[in-house]
Parts: sequence; structure tokens; C-alpha cells
Amino acid sequence: MSKRCAIIGVGQTHHAAVRKDLSISGVVREAALRALEDAGMDWRDIEAVVVGKAPDIIEGVMMPELFLAEALGCVGKPMFRVHTAGSVGGSTALVAAHLVQAGIHKRVLTVAFEKQSESDTTWAITPNIPFQPPLVAGAGGYFAPIIRSYIERSKAPADIGIRVAVKDRKNALRNPYAHLHLEDVSMEMVENSPMLWDPIRYLECCPSSDGACAMVLSDEKGGDAAPKPPAWVHASAMRSEPTMFPGRNQINPRAGRECAAALYKQAGIDDPRKDFDVAEIYIPFSWYEPMWMENLGFAEENQGWKMTEEGATAFDGDMPVNCSGGVLSSNPIGA
Amino acid sequence: MSEAVKKIVTPISIEYTITPGAAPTKFLRGIKEGRLLGQRCPKCSKVYLPPRGSCTVCAVPTVEEVEVSDQGTVTTFCVVNIPFYGQVQEIPYVCAAVVLDGADLPCFGVVQEIAVEEVRMGLRVQAVWVAPEERGYTLENIKYFKPSGQADAPFESYREHL
Amino acid sequence: MRDIALVSFAQAPSVRREQIHNEVEILMPVVAEAVRRCGIDRRDIGFTCSGSSDYLAGLPFSFVTALDGVGAWPPIEESHVEMDGAWALYEAFVRLQHGDVDSALVFGFGKSSVGPLREVLSLQLDPYYVAPLWPDSISLAALQARALLDSGEYGEADFAAVAVRSRRDAKSNPNAQLSGDFAVAELLESDYIASPLRRHDCAPISDGACAAILASGDLARQLCERPAWIRGIDHRIDTINIGDRNLCDSASAKLASEKSGAAADKIEMAELCAPFTHQELILRRAMGLGDEVRINPSGGALAANPVMASGLIRIVELAARIQSGEIDRGLAHATQGPCLQQNLVCVLEGE
Repeated sequence: MSKRCAIIGVGQTHHAAVRKDLSISGVVREAALRALEDAGMDWRDIEAVVVGKAPDIIEGVMMPELFLAEALGCVGKPMFRVHTAGSVGGSTALVAAHLVQAGIHKRVLTVAFEKQSESDTTWAITPNIPFQPPLVAGAGGYFAPIIRSYIERSKAPADIGIRVAVKDRKNALRNPYAHLHLEDVSMEMVENSPMLWDPIRYLECCPSSDGACAMVLSDEKGGDAAPKPPAWVHASAMRSEPTMFPGRNQINPRAGRECAAALYKQAGIDDPRKDFDVAEIYIPFSWYEPMWMENLGFAEENQGWKMTEEGATAFDGDMPVNCSGGVLSSNPIGA
Repeated sequence: MSEAVKKIVTPISIEYTITPGAAPTKFLRGIKEGRLLGQRCPKCSKVYLPPRGSCTVCAVPTVEEVEVSDQGTVTTFCVVNIPFYGQVQEIPYVCAAVVLDGADLPCFGVVQEIAVEEVRMGLRVQAVWVAPEERGYTLENIKYFKPSGQADAPFESYREHL
Repeated sequence: MRDIALVSFAQAPSVRREQIHNEVEILMPVVAEAVRRCGIDRRDIGFTCSGSSDYLAGLPFSFVTALDGVGAWPPIEESHVEMDGAWALYEAFVRLQHGDVDSALVFGFGKSSVGPLREVLSLQLDPYYVAPLWPDSISLAALQARALLDSGEYGEADFAAVAVRSRRDAKSNPNAQLSGDFAVAELLESDYIASPLRRHDCAPISDGACAAILASGDLARQLCERPAWIRGIDHRIDTINIGDRNLCDSASAKLASEKSGAAADKIEMAELCAPFTHQELILRRAMGLGDEVRINPSGGALAANPVMASGLIRIVELAARIQSGEIDRGLAHATQGPCLQQNLVCVLEGE
């Protein structure tokens, strides 16, 4: 019953540790203007704007879309703000697509951003609340034990994480927008980088970036008339499960498996590894590549690391993952 | 043209008074006395520690209190080697997920009195408490976990907690 | 467009400071009650969307804990907006248009009491030019109230009359925090807290939560004897810069009201989210709501204002009047941002 939705323009900022040349408004506008230009449109063509970003505490601005309304040409229009934690960049795009698919708007601009340099992110996301000591030390401290469990359970060789880190950084060299451009990245370089949250090394972590990403979404008519070939949205799905409960499989969460299954069913995908040419997946720590390969149905349980080892996920492999360099090369969290 | 302003510092300080909540209050009262009080789900019988007043799987409130042992098993862990603001431990330290005997999900704690490189999955540990007169309404009453000296738990025994 | 209705809802009584329960513990029974009232199996709910604010709670990812409390197993299709729960309802309305799911749970929650609300809200302002000066939310509203007085159309007694009516109506609302019989003259004797605003002109600080169940077409009729059908819903935003706006008007509220189709037929009742007395006057004028329209029989935000749930409560209060058969058609409004910056209007109708 839902209507077709086309992505007719995309734009992103040059991501960097600190975009000293731009304010928060400047960051979102850089991405939005590139998306509009790509779509051959200007602000007046846009009916609604959907903004996404991770916790407001990172920039120290509560509900920053309110002050960004003017910068995003949104005065007099509907403006919407999504916050679904780490998944927010993706869910923001889904909310924007839903507006088109529901037939409510014809052309929607969606912008997701983070300007991590405005404060200290590890501080911002390590809740220093009473009653419990701050032990976990940021996102790495939360994910590292899960990665250790995966390594133990899958019996993966110790260098898989290093391989992913090198592959994604090499891919980033082809992406002018990527934050990290490590020309001389090598297995030795990653292996010798400091262990921050053992088993996660410094170079197996995502960086902390300032940046934004924007898309112009359109209805079917606009998609057909777009100046560049549009990307049609064939399927979308989202699933959540609680963070902590008895028996939770954190290595291969059921929400991820069911989300992928629902998505493939909608899109008519039987074998994701055969049917997709390329995938962009949220991999903030290198070991998540093999874990998500299993979770999203590209590999059997405990076998995902073999895809990395065989080079299947490399740029020239049969299932390239994160040709952009991925989150390991650019990480404006909310985007 | 004069140089652009590239940075301004705008300090933000806001004080909050957090209410722990009814279920955590019971837990915090217990921990001040050196007891670990979890809550059992009336439907699936799993024991939550610390309790949050509900079972997220069954979507029902939890009421029944269950005292949980201060011994448990390290299911998984990481070695924290990164300095961060507000840190209380000297690095490197081991931050471990520990399933206490009688509880059905892991909680986080520091493991000490063992070389960092000797900490392993399945290690049996025992809570080391601060002196009774120094205890407050906080998880910090458990200084850290130390090896209990028992044989390591087999992988199968904590597999479902990973 | 598919027909979507509110079929069930519940709220927590708003209180100045909930000392025992945390946000999630306030929310859990409210969600359970909304589910129970319409008899839906919670595992059949197709979509869940919530509205809350990390800065209000003082914690990053605060909504995640709420999800844990409400229950999300087996995994659910779920989203969250850093907006008032009214916008969570908007997202659910959009999602239900797709046709593949027929029901949705929405909720908004927050404890305004845990931090200094006036200062917390000033973090919404432009972080470079305005927020470093810490103009608080009541002072900004006072600037707007002053502009309205200076326009010569209203006096402070008109503001107080809004408070008198709100508190009187709130006497019959078990969830209200401020209620009672007062006289305009009596209220005008009190001191200013930010001239020209007195305490009675400002919404109380409230802890609370609100939940609603939406359903489409036949399912809505099955779950509820008289569903409150959403006949139109729209939201618009103005610039945050109050110097660039006519503070005596609300362009975005007017536009949202027009686009929601509110003017298409008779509006019998309006639940307006006006956290300050003068804002109700601005909203009524902007939306063209005359004296024949019953305003805020619940007592409105002036009687209970749990930030992030307050707008959703307006929708739910209106839905209750439709479900009971008291009225056939009405309008509910939500707002956020300084001085009515962003506004949502929802038109509800009974069959």
C-alpha cells in the first residue's frame, strides 16, 4: 500500500576530528547544500526536514534542531527530530522515507550530524550517575567484552580484527570525505597500536568525528524526473530489543537477525551474499564486521570471520563491505 | 582581514537530583548492609540484579526479593587502558561482566588481586567490600572482585550470559 | 489516507516532584493501563514510538532504559523522537499509513523536577550567541507576555482569567497538579516572578507520563466503542530567534492549524498546550478559536505540565471527550521551543 520513495540527492561533509572552520549550523548546511545540489533543487523545493543525531549532551545543546530551523531552511515547514542512540543516522533516513511512502510529503530533506569536538564524547556517554562507579569507559568498554565473547565462541584467528581495520582504512583512501586517510596503514601498524580496551586496539576503533550527511527523498514522480539516476527504496526495517536481560545473545542479537529477515523478505532477497553487490554496515570496532556478517545473514554462525580472512569483504571481494571506509574511517555518531 | 574566531568556551553546568526509583532503592538499602538484593520475575523466574522493577522479557513488574551471592563467574571482560574524565581506577584495569550465583544476568565490576593477563572467562570471583562503616547507597561498596580460588566455571555454564 | 484513531490511553497523575519512582517506574503502569484498557495483546502492537529528552533526564540514552522497562521482547519495531510525545504520535500516524501494521503504542515521559528546568530549557537556544547568556525559559516567555501587553489588546487581568478558568476546570481532572477556585483580583495581588508574569501565569513543574494506543480502521472499531479518529495532523516551526518573530502571534501554530484542516468544520473544543497564560491567548487568536470553543477543560498545561508528555496529554484529554461522546470534533495542540516556536495541531473526530 505504501508509495515508492526515491533518493535523488546525497551529500556529506568532509569529516574531521575538528571542523574548526564550521559552526554546528555550518556543518549541517554543508551536507544539506551538497544533497540539494545533487538533486538539482533548492531550499524552496523541500516540504519537510527530518534531523537526526545522538545524545544532545555531546554538543551541549538541547534539541538543537530548534536553533537549526533557519539554517536548514525550515521556517514555516515541518521539522522532525529523531534520536535512537547509535542507530540514529539510519533511523532518521527511515523516518524521512516513511513520510514519502505514506504520501504525506513529496520531497523531504533529511540531515543527520554530530559535532563531537564541541565536548568530550567519552565523558558525555559514560553516565557519571550516583549509585554506581564509572567503570565501562565509553563505548569501547561496553563493546570489548562482547568482542572477547565472539572470539572465544567462534575460535576466530586473532588477526581478523586487524584485517578489517586495515581493509576499511585502505578503502577510505578512495573516499575524499573520509576523516581518516592513513596512507601507510598496514597489519603491523594496527597490531602495534595501543590496546585501549583489550581486545580492542587503538586502530581497531572508530575515530571521533565532526560531520553530517544529508539526502533528498522524493516521491515516484520526482524520482523518475530526477537529474541523476535515483536510488529507489525497496525495503526498510527496524527492530529493537532490550539492552540487558537474562539470556540475551549480545554477540548475535535476535533483533538484528529478525530485522534482516524482515528486510530481505520485503525486498525479495533469498541469499544476501549473492543478491547484494555491496553493503555499508555500522562497524564501529573492527571485530563487528564478522559479527554482523553472521547477524545479518551473510554467513553462518561462527563463520563470519572466514569472509574477512578470505578477502570476500574487501573492495575487490565478492561481498564488499564498507567501500567508503565505514565508521572505522569516519564517525560523526549521529550521522 | 582579521583572523577568524575558531573557538569559544561556554561552560555548562547543571545539577540534577536523580531519584533511583522504588526497585533500586531496595537494592541500594541492601548494598549498604552488604547484601545483594535482586528481584525475581513472577513469570519466567529469572532474577534481575540490580533490579529495575520489571522483567523486560515478560513485560511485568517484579516484586519478589531474592538475595544473591557475592560470588560469581566472569563471563567476559576487557582490559581498560584508556584514561578518561571521571575515572577512578588506575589503568590498566580489568572491567568484567560477572554473573553472581543466583542472578540471571551479568553486572559490571573490576577484577583485582590477579595479574591483568591472568584474568580469563570462567574465572570464579568473590566481591571485596569496603568496611561497613564506609558503606553508602552505592555500588561502590564493592571495591572490586578477587579470585575466589574455586575451579574455573565451564564455558557451557555461562554460555547463555554472553 | 488510512483512517487512524486513538483507541486507548492512560496518564500518570502529574506531581511536583515524584520522590519514590524513577521515570521508568512512572511510565510502566501507564503503558500497562493503556494496553489493558483496549484489550490488545501487547505482542500484536505493530509499532512503538516514544518522546523524551536526555537533557531533561540528565542522562544520555535515557529513553533506552524506558524501553527496557516497557518491555521489548520478542524484538519490536521501535523509534524514538527527542520531542514531545505528541510528535511520537505523529510518527506513529505516518507509520500506520503504510498499511503493513495496524496498531501502535506511543508514549511521552519526563521528570521536570530533577534539574533546574528554567536553565535546562535555555540550552535549547543558539549555543553561540544566546545560550551563553543563560536567558531562562520564564524570562523569555515574560518578554513575549510584555509584547502582548504592549500591543494593548490584553491586560494582566486577561492573563489571570486564563489561570482562574484552568484551575477551576482542573478540579475535575484527577491527573492535574494545580486546581482550585481563585478570583482574578486575588491572583493579581501576588508578586511577579518575571514581570509581567506571576506564578499563576506559569505552568507548574511536573513529573509525569502519558501513553496512547493508535489503531487503523476496523481494528480501531474492534478495540474501542467510539474511537477518536485523527482527521488531520500537522506541525510547523518558526525561527528560534525571538527578535525575528512577531511574538504576539504564532505563525507556525496558525499554519499547522490550517494544514490540519481544523477550519474545515466546527471545532467544539480545543486542548491547547500553553505553559503560560498569555500563550493561550496568542494561540486562540492565531488559530481563530472564538468564544464558542471550549478551551482546556482538563485545566491544560497550567494545571499539569510534564515536559515531553504535556503535548501528548492534550491529545489524550481531547480523545477522552470524544470517546465519552461529550463532543464530536475538537483540536489538540502541542508546542516546544521558546515562546511557542514549534507547534503541532491534531484534529480528532468521533463517528
